[in-house]
Amino acid sequence: MEQHLRADRPVVARRRRFKPAPYLLALPGVVWLAVFFVIPIVMTLSVSLQTGNVEQGFQFTWHFANYSDALRLYHVQFVRSIIYGVIVTGATFVLGYPMAYWIAFHGGRRKSFYLFLLLLPFFVSFVIRTVAWQFILSDNGILLGPLKDLHLLPSSFHVLATSLAVIGGLTYNFLPFMVLPLYVSLERIDPELVEAANDLYASRMRAFLRVVFPLSIPGVFAGVLLTFVPSAADYVNASILGGTSTTMIGNIIQTLYLTNNDYPLASALSFVLMAVLIAGVIIYARVLGTERVYEVAAG
Amino acid sequence: MSQAVARPVERPAAAVEGRGPRRRGQSRLIARLLAAYTWFMIFYLAAPILVMIAFGFNDTHSRVNLRWQGFTFKWYGKLFDIPDLSQALRNSLLIALVTTIVSTVLGTMMGLAMGRYRFRGQGATDLLLFANIAAPELVLGASLLTLFITVQFQRGFVTILLAHVMFTIAYVAVTVRARLAGFDRTLEEAAQDLGADPWQTFRKVTLPLIFPGIMAGALLSFALSIDDFVITNFNSGQTQTFPIWVFGATRVGVPPQVNVMGTLIFLGGVTLAVIQALAARRRTLD
Repeated sequence: MEQHLRADRPVVARRRRFKPAPYLLALPGVVWLAVFFVIPIVMTLSVSLQTGNVEQGFQFTWHFANYSDALRLYHVQFVRSIIYGVIVTGATFVLGYPMAYWIAFHGGRRKSFYLFLLLLPFFVSFVIRTVAWQFILSDNGILLGPLKDLHLLPSSFHVLATSLAVIGGLTYNFLPFMVLPLYVSLERIDPELVEAANDLYASRMRAFLRVVFPLSIPGVFAGVLLTFVPSAADYVNASILGGTSTTMIGNIIQTLYLTNNDYPLASALSFVLMAVLIAGVIIYARVLGTERVYEVAAG
Repeated sequence: MSQAVARPVERPAAAVEGRGPRRRGQSRLIARLLAAYTWFMIFYLAAPILVMIAFGFNDTHSRVNLRWQGFTFKWYGKLFDIPDLSQALRNSLLIALVTTIVSTVLGTMMGLAMGRYRFRGQGATDLLLFANIAAPELVLGASLLTLFITVQFQRGFVTILLAHVMFTIAYVAVTVRARLAGFDRTLEEAAQDLGADPWQTFRKVTLPLIFPGIMAGALLSFALSIDDFVITNFNSGQTQTFPIWVFGATRVGVPPQVNVMGTLIFLGGVTLAVIQALAARRRTLD
């Protein structure tokens, strides 16, 4: 009894005393993120309600018309970005699932080797990879050139500057973001569950649809999140691979900020984009819990 | 995890009565098709890298590097012949290095606070980290530019650094925190019972345990920083980094030096990753 008390006492005492350690540890990082992440977003909201121009300065005037102007002028690019994002997410899912499945269930001892191969693109700059696709897909380049020489394609055929090129580039660039979380969730499934389904005379398809796929849903969620958000907001692929008919909302925001210096309109647009995307993310996080999204996302 | 999967997936034929042999053949066929598909996709993922490496050896005579004209090593000799490009690469490396140091220190501290303690405001901090990772780069970059414009802060080297630390801290924090999951706190208590002060306990017990997480976080920050285009694009002013220079060059033709630099960065990164993986394997074998 006496021993029990002695062992207990320090714990109770420690719990009551205020411990500064975690606050001191978290403080510098939290302050950095507050100043360079949270405050800027609040400022974006404020600037989006201002009027004026670079020469004469901007005044805060509750100018909500910036939002209606933004949507009126750029709804085409906005909708196009969302559609591209949806197509890219679907394409990476369809292309990536069989890969993730095979590595998870048949990768054996070489699983980490396959994952390493899957991650190889990350060792090359995003911009260079996209430039390489511009090169591969160029009108008389290494892919289309020979096909045209063989008269398999008309000489006017081109891929660059079309939606296909932009969607293809986005799909390429974000495919690993879909495959990784899918792999993580598939790898956790005990193969004995599949065996059990087979024992119960489930067909291969049925075993997959009723056992494997439902268990991989967290990975699907995380993969959709990690692919949809960055691909809908991307402007690098549309700049390098696209043309005037494939302009995305990211291109518009970049031009408004860096070329036109129309900060209120640009802020309104990026705030709408953020609101749409973050609302989606928060709904996802609520459904899944942030811990699980992290877990799946971080592998 | 790995033991569970090491077991064969196919069922013993006898137990499936009659249907066995056919099913097993079918299953082997599907596995083979999937294997071929996976290798095809790996090739697809590697294709632009192969193109980049190959055209660093192209014997082209102008900046325009579009057609194969024969094999040469000359671009490796002329690697630093374009002063702006060399300066951009130097900027990228310096920014990535400083970013890695600052983010690793701040991120590790945050990760420790999150994984090692319970405190008020932890949920909010968690949401902050999550929002920072989930927010699209475009929004991070554009909002930060709004801040710098509003307070009239000149864009350049310093603003790129501030931005890069902002988007890499959370990755370090999350990596370190993941490493602390399942951390046995009795180890620290044991050290303190044996007379170690808090700093000694941290250095001799906690730090070695979370070190792989810190290393992984540091490598991740370096990789994210050196590759970043979007956030840098908004906050760089006149200063150029390697990705910014390459993006600007797409309009006039990307010179072979870019391929060579890309190839060297690729090889350096792969080498580091392999060394880290081998070190991690040796640790687990020990």
